[in-house]
Amino acid sequence: MNATSTPSNDNRPADETRRDFLVLTAQAMAGIGAAACVWPLVDQMNPSADVLALSSTEVDLSPIQEGQEIKVVWRGKPVFIRHRTAKEIEEAKEVRLDDLRDPQPDSARVKEGHEQWLVMVGVCTHLGCVPLGGNKGDFDGWFCPCHGSHYDTSGRIRKGPAPKNLLVPDYVFLDDNRIRIG
Amino acid sequence: MSKTNNSESSCCNPVEWFESRFPILSWMEHQKEYPAPRNLNYWWNFGSIAGICLVVQIITGIVLAMHYTPHVSMAFDSVEHIMRDVNYGWLLRYVHANGASMFFLVVYIHIFRGLYYGSYKAPREVLWWLGIVILLLMMATAFMGYVLPWGQMSFWGATVITNLFSAFPVVGEHIVSWLWGGFSVDNPTLNRFFSLHFLLPFVIFAVVFLHLWALHTHGSNNPLGIDAKGSQDKIPFHPYYTIKDYFGFGVFFMLFSYFVFFAPNYLGHPDNYTPANPMVTPPHIVPEWYFLPFYAILRAIPDKLGGVLMMFASILVLFVLPWLDSCKVRSGAFRPTFKWFFALFVLVCIGLGVMGGKSPDGCYGSGADACTYNGQGENITLLTNLFIARGLTAYYFAYFLVILPLLGKYEKTLPLPKSIGEPVLKKKA
Repeated sequence: MNATSTPSNDNRPADETRRDFLVLTAQAMAGIGAAACVWPLVDQMNPSADVLALSSTEVDLSPIQEGQEIKVVWRGKPVFIRHRTAKEIEEAKEVRLDDLRDPQPDSARVKEGHEQWLVMVGVCTHLGCVPLGGNKGDFDGWFCPCHGSHYDTSGRIRKGPAPKNLLVPDYVFLDDNRIRIG
Repeated sequence: MSKTNNSESSCCNPVEWFESRFPILSWMEHQKEYPAPRNLNYWWNFGSIAGICLVVQIITGIVLAMHYTPHVSMAFDSVEHIMRDVNYGWLLRYVHANGASMFFLVVYIHIFRGLYYGSYKAPREVLWWLGIVILLLMMATAFMGYVLPWGQMSFWGATVITNLFSAFPVVGEHIVSWLWGGFSVDNPTLNRFFSLHFLLPFVIFAVVFLHLWALHTHGSNNPLGIDAKGSQDKIPFHPYYTIKDYFGFGVFFMLFSYFVFFAPNYLGHPDNYTPANPMVTPPHIVPEWYFLPFYAILRAIPDKLGGVLMMFASILVLFVLPWLDSCKVRSGAFRPTFKWFFALFVLVCIGLGVMGGKSPDGCYGSGADACTYNGQGENITLLTNLFIARGLTAYYFAYFLVILPLLGKYEKTLPLPKSIGEPVLKKKA
């Protein structure tokens, strides 16, 4: 198997080395080819173009009274839009960050100047159930009935198995009463 | 020379002609005469009953697929169409739905039999592994099948179970959206689950074939757990065990028929007769009964990733069981201490099933709402379902990881009989 074998030897070792090399590279090439063929079969399961296209939605906030909450559909998931009361905002701001599992001040979860509007994906960060809203749970916010996670008035996880706060999606205020999510 | 003679002599007999070209007839003959231990008891019926369950599921499944529509706007209605309009559709669907429960019941008994009689020990480790692979495939198949009627439990069960994968760091979210084909459980999810639900039973069939191949390599274990010494310890499978298996089928189908004809929805959940609604989660999500013990383990761990890992570990630990159990004696009949730990293990598995069906915030024995999320639960933590589930989970893992490795070292086993034939003949006398 020595490529630098002397010419006085019969040239079988050199031949075998060359054959081994050819077999090895051919097999490697076939392996890479087979792996490349698998990729389309794997990737076809990822979200398709039409699913990706339906990724933003506009909402009119004017009919939502203080203390009310609506659910809208975005990417097939519920989004909670809550018009918070002054008491709820106060509660959310009073919490010490040290008490939080996923520390985030209330100001990071709302848009400046629009503190009364809380917009969150209504999907429990534990295993994807829809939490119940309207001052539920031990912290006056949301409660997930599936496995008992409690969220506060800012949608932050306070108790139960969920690891993260309810997700705040990307959204912008088009004017004072309209937002676009996504 | 002799070969040519053979093919010449078999030229006129069509059976021999065929056999010399494709020896399937002699293979079938081997199956018939396959020597089995003469002392197999009724616990050994459950393997063949599991086989008949698979056949029933495949046959009813194929005909149900002729009437079912895998689309979010039509799936629920097509199942109702099967129930109301298709000739005998109600029967086919109830047989298929209850058949899944029966299949798991039988397979669980089959597994407990293996655990008690040490059927996982050398030289049957690979046979045991193939069985676990079948169990995992069955779980995937049953889960995806339950999604197809597209009721509330279908949808939310699919959401919760696929979200288990989001617990894995970095890649978790990508895996979940890949499984869904979107940003939530939706039409692409339903379509692929239908496709895979159709495919997997045939994969199971193939692994069952391997399971039997491995079984026939060293033959069946038996209630004494000792190796057969010779032909006096064995009897031909046919007619002795074929007839015993048929008797088992008869008894099994009586139970099966009771559920199909008298309590077809007893094992199901009424919420699944409500069409799927992505905006509303039912107040109490529970999987089918056969997943409840694993669901209890998932919820018993306070950490998301930890719970998911423990749930997977509860099955994966079975793969290393042959090396965890240090006792050389196979059968539990000769292990006086093991018997008690095993009995407790069976009760713990049933207990986990009971806990999996209860609200994690509730209190045992005092109704679901007695100490729910209004805070009262904290006063009587000793009695919460969560606390009980944690204790049971601890025993489940301790049985495999602590008790079995230590028992083999400290337990004094009873003397084994000299042969399989000996105690059988003694009993008769």
